[in-house]
Amino acid sequence: MGNALQDDALQNNSTLLGTDELVLNMGPQHPSTHGVLRVKLKLDGERVRGTECVIGYLHRGVEKIAENRTYQQVAPYVDRMDYVAAVSNGLGYCEAVEKLLNVEAPPRARVIRVILTELQRIASHLVWLGTHALDIGALTPLFYCMREREEILKIFEKYCGARLTTHAFRIGGLQYESYDGFEKDVERFCLDFERRIQEYVDLLTGNSIWIGRTRNVGVLNAADCIALGASGPILRAAGVKWDLRKAQPYAAYDQYKFEIPVGTNGDTYDRYMVRIEEMRQSRLICLQAIEKIPEGAIMGKVGKVIKPPAGEVYHSIEAPKGILGYYIVSDASTQPYRVRIRPPSFINLQALDKMVRGHLVADVVAIIGTLDIVLGEVDR
Amino acid sequence: MLDSVLFYFFAGVAVISAALMVTRRNAIHSAVFLITTLLATAGIFLQLRAEFLFIAQIIIYVGGIMVLFIFVIMLVRLDVALHHIRFRMKNLVVTLVIAVLGAEAGAIIYYARKLPGQGLFIEKMAPAQNLAPNSEKLAQSLFSNYLLPFEIASVLLLVAMVGAVVMAKNKKGTEDS
Amino acid sequence: MNPTLHAVLDFLQTWWAELTCGVVIVAVVPLVAGYLVLMERKLMADMQARLGPMRVGPHGLLQPIADAVKLLIKEDIIPGESDKLIFWLAPVISMTAALTSMGAIAFGPSFQVARDINIGILFVLGVSSLGFLGIILGGWASNSHYSIIGALRSTAQLVSYETAGGLAIISGLLLSGTLSISGIVTAQQTQRVWFIFLAPVGFFIYLVASIAETNRAPFDLPEAESELVAGYMTEYSGFRWALYFLGEYANMIVVGSVATTLFLGGWLRPFPNVRWLNWLDVLPALIIALIGVYSVYRAGKQPVKIQTQFMWGVALACFAVALIYAVPWFVGPLKFVIPGLNGAFWFLLKVAAYIYVFMWVRFTLPRYRFDQLMHLGWYILIPLAIVNVFAVGVAMLIAANTNWNHAVVLLLATIVTTIATLVCAVFLVSWHDRRTESASTASLARDSYAG
Repeated sequence: MGNALQDDALQNNSTLLGTDELVLNMGPQHPSTHGVLRVKLKLDGERVRGTECVIGYLHRGVEKIAENRTYQQVAPYVDRMDYVAAVSNGLGYCEAVEKLLNVEAPPRARVIRVILTELQRIASHLVWLGTHALDIGALTPLFYCMREREEILKIFEKYCGARLTTHAFRIGGLQYESYDGFEKDVERFCLDFERRIQEYVDLLTGNSIWIGRTRNVGVLNAADCIALGASGPILRAAGVKWDLRKAQPYAAYDQYKFEIPVGTNGDTYDRYMVRIEEMRQSRLICLQAIEKIPEGAIMGKVGKVIKPPAGEVYHSIEAPKGILGYYIVSDASTQPYRVRIRPPSFINLQALDKMVRGHLVADVVAIIGTLDIVLGEVDR
Repeated sequence: MLDSVLFYFFAGVAVISAALMVTRRNAIHSAVFLITTLLATAGIFLQLRAEFLFIAQIIIYVGGIMVLFIFVIMLVRLDVALHHIRFRMKNLVVTLVIAVLGAEAGAIIYYARKLPGQGLFIEKMAPAQNLAPNSEKLAQSLFSNYLLPFEIASVLLLVAMVGAVVMAKNKKGTEDS
Repeated sequence: MNPTLHAVLDFLQTWWAELTCGVVIVAVVPLVAGYLVLMERKLMADMQARLGPMRVGPHGLLQPIADAVKLLIKEDIIPGESDKLIFWLAPVISMTAALTSMGAIAFGPSFQVARDINIGILFVLGVSSLGFLGIILGGWASNSHYSIIGALRSTAQLVSYETAGGLAIISGLLLSGTLSISGIVTAQQTQRVWFIFLAPVGFFIYLVASIAETNRAPFDLPEAESELVAGYMTEYSGFRWALYFLGEYANMIVVGSVATTLFLGGWLRPFPNVRWLNWLDVLPALIIALIGVYSVYRAGKQPVKIQTQFMWGVALACFAVALIYAVPWFVGPLKFVIPGLNGAFWFLLKVAAYIYVFMWVRFTLPRYRFDQLMHLGWYILIPLAIVNVFAVGVAMLIAANTNWNHAVVLLLATIVTTIATLVCAVFLVSWHDRRTESASTASLARDSYAG
């Protein structure tokens, strides 16, 4: 007359109500792991004592493939890493190769790059907000966020023909001129967006259930962040005011005035507030940028065949998920010798073990959500 | 006529369920049959116009005590306990006990019919409208005639509840909530 | 004549009304529960800036039928190791408990299966609590560690909130003085006021407790898809799952009916005793006729011909019902059905409004974690309910022994109680928070980066 409950106890060699460690598998297919991520939780009763992440389900060998493609051919591949924020990936890669070639994109190209990247940051944070709220049980913010993101994706589609994996930028600048009405579309979106952010804030920020689910959950203080290499909103929520757009400005970011939101506790609620505020700041950057887009060429002095001199370069940008870095080694041929990507989600995911210790099983889902990982980037 | 049909139905269900309950190997099945026995008994209470007792039986016995039984059956490892029980003459003792009890019950039923004024069936029961409202009568006597036992029972229940909480808390120390 | 046949005919003659009501409940409630699912999906879509089911039938009106057919023809999967009897029994218990408890609910002055039973409200509460057995046995039959834990958790939640809900009901019962359903509604009619205005805190507590009773958000952790611990419904597919689901929606109708009976005046129309408002009695027929007119208007705007035809069908159905409501006004001998029909309309309208609040809350609020849920139930709701019972009792004593207006005294008592409880709650919560914050920061400081 055994049954599952009693068999489990038998295997754990304890009385049923005893406290042995149990390993709970949050399998690769799960509605809340935001992709194919397998997390093995070591439980002690209700509390989590540790985790072990099993990744690699989405590994496609981007870095190896890059060794056999020309520099231009690698560009679409990097879009597919963080597929939620493809434009940022492209920006990082193109700027890294431009650094290798010692070429600068013309001013007009840089400004349009900033606008598109900031719009992409808003879109990425909207996806994060919707899915994170959905995991915690709020059904409605997801649809509101998707509604706003739809406007951004329409702008992308009008610009380069694709919504998700845009391949918007080219090495040396842009391929497409901005379309007629680009500034108008962006301005209309940005003017409307402040009211929409207020909708999300009204639904969630003061809600006591939301605060109860996110306050003091998944705390990662500043020292731990720096020790683990966590970057992006996670680092800023812990109190460290580090944003590559201000610390090591790239593209045209040094021309614009914006704030870096910083949290205090490093818990899930602070990360939520930081990302909401980042959306507001991105909106401000876009509004400043479209006021004055310089005229001129959109493509720099780059030949048809890209053959950078032998050498290596490391270039990092502030992607929506964190610090995204490209380390490219060139051996003076048309194909890179090595492309190593520093994926923010991969490095942030390592903090998961520290963040879930001592929490209840129900909090694990909230903590994975707050890390804002995209498995395409974790596995490449 | 309706009364007879209902009575035989409830009584039949009660007896059959009770028999099934004691003969099942699976503890959860026994619990389920105990539930049907209790529900049938509640039906008989309702037939006797004891409405409050009917619903009290359902709420307390079925909704509370049987749920507790089922919790315990699910959480305790019964096969370990069963291994320790080795009683050889089980069948003989059971038959003996059933025979003795059956003889006693038969004798009671037989002799009860013979005594004047005693009977098993109440031929003509009062219609429901003529009876005083059940819950009100019960409440009035609880709060006037039987107030002291009522209060003592309440205090007893409170002590049991607090004691259970204290015992559960001490085991886990300062761990989970 | 054959005595058995005579007895059967006698039985039918005495009990035909109750039997009909019973048959109507068993036949109609599953269908209504199905349409409640559609209503929830449409409301959810409306609040989320989208349209909801639109394909099956005009505006998705045939969606529940399609869902029911799909679930019926699905393969019946039974886990190999599970207990077949219990696996079969659990959803049946859940649905049966919900339907049986509807037996004592009066949907109108003359629509009640257990007519004038002395213990009306208690019957409904007791039998609907038998549904818990369906949940526990369902979790057990799934034969998975996590299903059992999920089922036990769900039951713990239900039991905690049933206590609070029962205490809230007691405050309403104090006002009515009787447990019987028709007695409660009559008491509201004689006291000329719905009990929600006399005991609003009791209504609010019952609202929250009933949301938790029916496993709805924000208390739906046992059913949430994004949580790790599988709920009790995991291994159920096809029609067995549909039975659980319909049982949940039928339970919603039951708790809505209890709240309506006890706090919202049951089948009374608004201002039932005010003579010059008697013209409100034609409102039911009028409202249904207006819905029919609106259907006709929308029928002209449908893109596809069959949708137009279906909307015309809906319009005709509305007009037919409106006719049924209107005819007794003009046909003398039929006038006795008017109170019954009107009462049913008002009752169902109030239940629908109550269920609308359920759904509204579901789409707005996130989900409570289990320990937060139990904390809310035991630390906040039950003490508030107990204090509320005291307050209502004391207020009634005062009102009975002095000349002050009954309603005013009760309202004052309620306000004072609520303010006092809220103040205490704020103090307790901030003290508790200060205590746990220091504890948690201490524990976090200990657990530094040491692997």
